[in-house]
Amino acid sequence: MIYTTHADLGGRPGFGPVVQDATDSVFHADWESRVLALTLAMGATGCWNIDMVRAARETLPDYLDLSYYEIWLGGLERLLVAKGLVTAEELAAGRASHPPQPFDRILMADQVAAKLAKGLPTARTPTAPARYRIGQRVVTRGAPADHHTRLPGYLRGRTGIIERMLGCHVFADSHAQGLGEDPQWLYTVVFDADELWGTETAPGHRVSFDAWQPYLEPA
Amino acid sequence: MAHDHDHPDHSELSEVERRVRALETLLTQKGYVDPAALDVLIDTYQTKIGPRNGARVVARAWVDAAYRDRLLRDATGAIAELGYTGRQGEHMIALENKPRLHNVVVCTLCSCYPWPVLGLPPVWYKSAPYRSRVVRDPRGVLLEFGVTLPADTEIRVWDSNAEVRYLVIPERPAGTEALGEEALRALVTRDSMIGTGFARTPTEPT
Repeated sequence: MIYTTHADLGGRPGFGPVVQDATDSVFHADWESRVLALTLAMGATGCWNIDMVRAARETLPDYLDLSYYEIWLGGLERLLVAKGLVTAEELAAGRASHPPQPFDRILMADQVAAKLAKGLPTARTPTAPARYRIGQRVVTRGAPADHHTRLPGYLRGRTGIIERMLGCHVFADSHAQGLGEDPQWLYTVVFDADELWGTETAPGHRVSFDAWQPYLEPA
Repeated sequence: MAHDHDHPDHSELSEVERRVRALETLLTQKGYVDPAALDVLIDTYQTKIGPRNGARVVARAWVDAAYRDRLLRDATGAIAELGYTGRQGEHMIALENKPRLHNVVVCTLCSCYPWPVLGLPPVWYKSAPYRSRVVRDPRGVLLEFGVTLPADTEIRVWDSNAEVRYLVIPERPAGTEALGEEALRALVTRDSMIGTGFARTPTEPT
């Protein structure tokens, strides 16, 4: 199976300067806020998890041509159809022509504040000791994944140092594929920039990311 | 944010507006969403949650050494003391900027951002130029934000790719010794808590 993400942008050339927005507002049109709200409300139904959402968005073929909330909209429509909650025809018509599918729960207005305040913690009780310790040199997995992953391409096959232990967390790669939470140890791993980019980098530049244990091998 | 007048034929709606309206109508008809909950969600992120939350955390850390220590040891707990918890801030780490260390945060894979303390991310944070370049040429990107750092300052870029979220504690500006916590809050900009800016000095216009 070939899995293509269009969202893995770290280090990719050709995107030009960072453009700051003069108005600096959170939403630039009403529809953007509706998409945010629909996404959060549907997320609360329990029909999918956040890693499935990220997978649905990053594999949109026209990802790089879309605005941020167009990506959210495309991802939401895809998931709704993939899970059988709506049909493509219903989406086009904007009208229900089939009864709803069963689902876990609906987010009611009076539950929003408590739901948001609680969040969705991903830390889990460890069931096995951590394989690595602070200060240890590790190398990241070199091969690309054939599924959603949170190991960025620019950090594949690179040697870094474990800086911090972050506990055991729901493993995004498994979670996105519907394989359950599969909690794994999570570590902050730090890299010197010349390990990532070669000689072009200025001294004193380091990059870190949070690596689940399956992303790492001893160096 | 509601339209001040309605157009029954929706003739001036853009394609994407039409799509979103169709989606909302459909999901409401199906009973998957509560329309009133949508309005509460929008109001929350438009008016209740934003970078002034993070500014309270930073100003408290500047004036209260014990709080600062708790924040650096257990940011999730210290931030919760001020009432900020939950969605996209479940697991927080605070990063302290110092004279020879500058932290800057990105999510190269999407747009992960500490919502309870900073609200929703600005467009540039989610954009391809920032996500692609800040891990590779942070000095160049910071220059575009008007931030220049001494050559011997280490720049540490944090790619927040998992469910841990990062809040930068900017350096307290010089000449603010006499200011109280409330006045200090006004100096803490959103960008200074991402690492693409400094806190304001008291004489700078807001």
